[in-house]
Parts: sequence; C-alpha cells; structure tokens
Amino acid sequence: MATPPVLALSAVRKEFGDNVVLDSIDLTVNQGDVVALIGASGSGKSTLLRCINLLEQLDDGQMWLSGDDISDPRVNVDSVRARIGVVFQQFNLFPHLSVLRNITLADTEVFGTSKTQAEATAMRLLERVGLADKAKAFPDRLSGGQQQRVALVRAIATNPEVLLLDEITSALDPELVGEVLDLVRTLKDDGTTIVMATHEMDFAKDISDQVVFLDQGVICERGSPQQIFEAPTEARTKEFLHRFNNR
Amino acid sequence: MSESAARRPSPIELERRAFRKKQSGRSVAVSFGSTVVFAVVIYFTVINTPGWERVQQAFFNVDVLVGAWPRVIEGLWLNIRVLFFAAIGVLIIALLLATLRTLRGPVFFPLRAIAAGYTDLFRGIPLIIVLYLVGFGVPGLGALPRMPLEFWGTIALILTYSAYVSEVFRAGIESVHPSQRLAARSLGLNYGQTLRMIVMPQAVRKVTPALMNDFIAMQKDVGLISVLGAVDAVRAAQIETAQAFNFTPYVLAGLLFVLLALPMIRLTDWYSARLRDREQAGSTV
Repeated sequence: MATPPVLALSAVRKEFGDNVVLDSIDLTVNQGDVVALIGASGSGKSTLLRCINLLEQLDDGQMWLSGDDISDPRVNVDSVRARIGVVFQQFNLFPHLSVLRNITLADTEVFGTSKTQAEATAMRLLERVGLADKAKAFPDRLSGGQQQRVALVRAIATNPEVLLLDEITSALDPELVGEVLDLVRTLKDDGTTIVMATHEMDFAKDISDQVVFLDQGVICERGSPQQIFEAPTEARTKEFLHRFNNR
Repeated sequence: MSESAARRPSPIELERRAFRKKQSGRSVAVSFGSTVVFAVVIYFTVINTPGWERVQQAFFNVDVLVGAWPRVIEGLWLNIRVLFFAAIGVLIIALLLATLRTLRGPVFFPLRAIAAGYTDLFRGIPLIIVLYLVGFGVPGLGALPRMPLEFWGTIALILTYSAYVSEVFRAGIESVHPSQRLAARSLGLNYGQTLRMIVMPQAVRKVTPALMNDFIAMQKDVGLISVLGAVDAVRAAQIETAQAFNFTPYVLAGLLFVLLALPMIRLTDWYSARLRDREQAGSTV
C-alpha cells in the first residue's frame, strides 16, 4: 500500500490479572476516518483507547501509528503520545493555568514552538470555536461544555495524527452536549482522524465512517453506521441497541 | 475466555517480553554497578584524607563504643518514654487546637483567637527557650509538687509541637473539599459528626506524611531535654565522652536515634502507598 493507515491494530490483547479485558482486536483507521466504539460499560472501550495512547501495556498484538510500530517496547512513549490527541470524560484541564496556557503548553514545552506562534495558533482555534474572549480566563470559570471545547482545542493544537475521544459528553449536562458534538463534527469536516468511545448513538450514526460494537472485550460486530444501527446481524448488538433505545 | 490458561503468546509478544526482561535486568546491573563505584570512591576518598586516622580514633572507637553502650541505651529508654507521652499529648492538644481554629460563628471568636495566639506564640519561640522556661521557671513557682526533670521536658515538647501539628491538621481539614461537608450535612449529620466521621479521616490521610515528618523531628528533639539535666541518650553520651576523652558515644547516640526513626519512616511509606493504591487506583502513567 502507498500510505499506511493512520492507525492499525492487530490481535490486540489486554489482561488485568486473570481477567481478559481486550481480545483479538483488529482495527484499521484511515486518514480522515471517524471510528465510533460503542458497547456497554466495561466492554473495553476506554481500555482500548488507553492502550492506543500507551497508557496500558499490551499483553499481545501490535499497533501501528502511521506505519510505526508503537507497541514495540523500544519506542519512546512520550514522542508517540505527542502524536496522539486525547480528550477525557472529565475534561482534565489544568486548573492553575489560563485557557490560553492550557492550549499552548504542549506546543511550547514538547514541540518547542515559540510562545508568540503557539499563542497565535491557540487564538485562531479559540476564535473558530467561539471562545476567544475566554482566553485569559481560568478553566473553573467556564461551563462544562466550554471546558470540554477547550480540551478539544488543547488536543488538536499540536496537529495530532489521530484524536482519541473517551466519552467526552458523558459528564456534561444534556443541554451542553450539542455544542461539543458540533465542534467534533467541525473537526471531522477539517479532515481530523478520530477514534471515539461514545454513548451518543445518534451522533455516532450521523458522523462515523465505521462503527465498532465491543462486547466483553471482543469486537462483536462492525460495519457502516447504517449497517450496525439499522440492520445489526449479531444478537448481542441487537440486544444492546434495543436496551439503549428504550432507556 | 477459558482458553487463556492454555493460550500461547505470539512470537512478537514473546520477543517484547524478552526485551523488557533484558532491559530491566540491565537497569538492575547498572544501578548495582553505579552504587558499587560510588561506595568505593567515597571509601577511598575518606580513608585517604590526612586526618582520617585521628578522626577514626576520636569518633569511631569500638572499645569506647562498647564501654558507653549500657549508659547510652539506658538514656535512650528515657527518650522513648518521653517520646511516647509527648506524642500522645501532642496528638490530643493539636487536634483540639485545630478543631477550635476551624469553628465557624461569631460566638467562638474568643476560642479561635486563643488557639491562633497559641500557635503563633509556640511556633515562634525556640524549643530550647520553652524548655528553660518550663523546666526551671514553672518548678520555681513552688506551687506544684516536685516533679522529675523529664516531666517538665515532656510538657515543653508538647507545648511546642502541638502548635506545629495543629497547623498541619488545620491544613488537612481545610483541604477536604467543601462538597464533602455538604454531602454529610445533607444526610443529617451534625457539625461534630461531620468533622469526626467525614472530614477528619480524610484530612488525616492527606497530611499523614507531614504528621510523620513532625513526629520524627520530635523524636530527635526529645534529645534536647538533656539541657534540663535529665540523663537521656544525648546526656549519657556527653558524660561518657567527658570520661573517655572520645566522641564515639555521640556517634553511638546518633546511630541509635537513626535506628529509632527508621521503623516509623518505613511505616509511613507503606501506609501512604497503601492509601494511594486504594483510593487512586488506575490513574498512573
């Protein structure tokens, strides 16, 4: 193949003691793809994202980021993580730094970009998401939705090759979910490659190119959003979606 | 998933494990090597200093050490007893002071002010001056029955250290997030119950390292009661030193204090690690 996929996983396995939390996970994510991981709590969605970001050590299998084997113990984990953007459920903004500094931190400290240049990038991004007036504010002054948008901006400020979103709307009030999802949609339109664990089924159906249904650590079913949400073939997928729609 | 016992890792995984094992083996070898080199360099540097033989004679004399042992150990026993009572006293008074300082409401202003004044005063005065004032001044009043010197020494230690420790407790109490009080009060617990069952346990956990630090500092400062004339380990070492014209007894007393502190230091490390495991599981990088 000409250009390797942005992210490729092969037979990924993760155990916690005797408990197998991920088994035989194969996944290919191409440039500009949005992949939605769905499944019940404890199905392994978050663990998979943590593995990709090298926060957990694999027990078997391989992972490639743009063709580089990142599961090799010889790689520098910090430089791999610098190529991946992550947004967490609980925002995890740094409360002692201003919004602007939260965004420029990695750019100046990890990539050595000059302060003026990093701030110009940050301001441009903040303007796009309509938070330019909050640049000097501290995170605690912002609403949950605003904080999560800042966290998204922080994650993309260094142009990561792939963006990992770990249930980023689960800790938000329902009326704040929309603004965050709108921003994710904008990012997709910009061509950002995204892997997201989510409980927002309508959003996943709407935005993703590939939907992966995880059940007890294995990929039970995968396919296009239409296929998974409208004509699931596996009984467990049907049951999961049925339970979800009747909440 | 029952096949996991019989499952064989892939060759790639086996190679990775071998590599990690080799890496960790190498780190152990490197740390061992660097430790040996460091120790050898220090050893030869010290024994090649021009005055080493005289210093060895004056500070590390085995005969003197053996001779001083019984008296210094007897002195150390006094230190341990004083430490025991002082630690209990400090704990009680510090908790009381910290509680007084966190009381809200205008009615409690005098109590808050007294507690604040007390901590300001006793954190300011050097311990040795408190020892003199309490050890020689209070018995001089003649109003109290005669008490042994170590009794007054213990009182002086309690006065000084409870001021420090109460501030540690107060920092801990204030570091517990207000939402915890809110949740406890909304369950119907009153102020005292909230403090005792919700705030204090969390506060003490947060400040355990700082508390242990103060405890170990006090453990050493118990040696200062020797200025009152009580024959503790330091005083005993002083007497032995004067008799033998040799400083080895001081070194012995110092070593014994270190040995006394070690179990407490290890216990603190173990306890903090256990709390980390229990309450912050799974957030390591």
